[in-house]
Amino acid sequence: MLIPCPWCGDRDDIEFAYGGSAQIAYPADPTSVDDATWARFLFYRPNPKGKMAERWVHTAGCRRWFNLVRDTVTHEITPP
Amino acid sequence: MAEPHPHPDRLWRNPEPKRVYDVVIIGGGGHGLATAYYLAKNHGITNVAVLERGWLAGGNMARNTTVIRSNYLWDESAAIYEYSLKLWESLAQELEYDILFSQRGVLNLVHSISDRRESLRRINANSLNGIDAEWLTTDEVKAFCPIVNTSPDLRYPIIGGTLQRRGGIAKHDYVAWAFARKADEMGVDLIQNCEVTGFDLDGDQLRGVHTNRGSIAADKVALCAAGHSTVLAGMVGLDLPIQSYPLQALVSDLLEPVLNCVVMSNAMHVYVSQAHKGELVMGAGMDPYNSYAQRGSPSIIEYQLAAACELFPIFRRAHVLRTWAGIVDVSPDASPIVGLTPIENLFINCGWGTGGFKATPAAGWVYAHTIANGTPHELNAPFALERFTTGALINEHGAAAVAH
Repeated sequence: MLIPCPWCGDRDDIEFAYGGSAQIAYPADPTSVDDATWARFLFYRPNPKGKMAERWVHTAGCRRWFNLVRDTVTHEITPP
Repeated sequence: MAEPHPHPDRLWRNPEPKRVYDVVIIGGGGHGLATAYYLAKNHGITNVAVLERGWLAGGNMARNTTVIRSNYLWDESAAIYEYSLKLWESLAQELEYDILFSQRGVLNLVHSISDRRESLRRINANSLNGIDAEWLTTDEVKAFCPIVNTSPDLRYPIIGGTLQRRGGIAKHDYVAWAFARKADEMGVDLIQNCEVTGFDLDGDQLRGVHTNRGSIAADKVALCAAGHSTVLAGMVGLDLPIQSYPLQALVSDLLEPVLNCVVMSNAMHVYVSQAHKGELVMGAGMDPYNSYAQRGSPSIIEYQLAAACELFPIFRRAHVLRTWAGIVDVSPDASPIVGLTPIENLFINCGWGTGGFKATPAAGWVYAHTIANGTPHELNAPFALERFTTGALINEHGAAAVAH
């Protein structure tokens, strides 16, 4: 799988580490949320069959994080 | 003149779906078939349909590497996996079908001081739970499995190992067929090419499912779909803390018997056994990204073959015959989720991740109990969905991590 690093261009996927689903917000006031809300933040993530917004880091290259959209069935990557 | 090779009898009927069942099980893999069998056998519930999108046992049941063991760290896991191993020990007689269950021993190689510390801890925990577990020195590793390279020149030298002699392998297809045949005999409808497309939800009451072969009403619906659990649960508005990843495996060409046990190396990321037919069956860690593609990255294969050739120099002359991947359903604590859901009459069995095959009989046993009684069996009570809210996690990343 070739992953387009925004700074280094297309590189093989072994140069990258996976960061899972993108756009997971830390609770604004973590001391006030109840257990169920906290559980959702900690443990529940999107797991779509199809397009998925996700984070990658170019660990063996520029070491910078970025987002992209990848199809989890075809592995086709489209820019975010 | 009689036909020289008459076609063998069918192992199960191929029925049209009825419009109403007591229980509908979604997913005709090992767990779904075992659940149907024990619903009929243990609880007398035979008005049951198993709905399978493809063909029976064609998903992860056809793709796993068939390792069976029970040497898990925590009490809750040890209890359910050991229960499973005990069921395996009499399963061929129970199902009246040879499943080629072979207790040839599962050997875990130890390559570092921290490995050794964790392994000894696990041996002690296993012993306290009545599970057989032994420490082997390097020489004892060599004596038990002579083709392992125990040279000190190894990049990660072997400094010992743990052994569960009662562990082993079984023939996955035969296991599925054996459960399917017996379930069918007792009246369960095994319905293939039947994809669930939606749920019939009336308020918070589940009344049945919609499929590509029409709507089917059911008193109870049981999810049993591994990598597709979140897709199905999403259709009924239920979120699950599950992520789906590819887990690859491969086989070599057919060889004379060279490997007498299952060998795993968590540190070097490979595990291997030799199937009865002769091929080396090999696996490693899963690919790190979410996927439903049933294929993974070549780097995983390359690394595990490098590790295998280092540990077993004799394998260097073998050839890879084929590789594939299954889609595994991984939970945050690497333990399964088996039990009730917030939706009445909807039950969940998922999250077995990379190690569901060994649990097949016990998963079926406790899931059938849960469905029949509406309350969990004592063995799966700790594996409820609520544990992610209460914090009572069962962290098996150590025992479940790379190898199965």
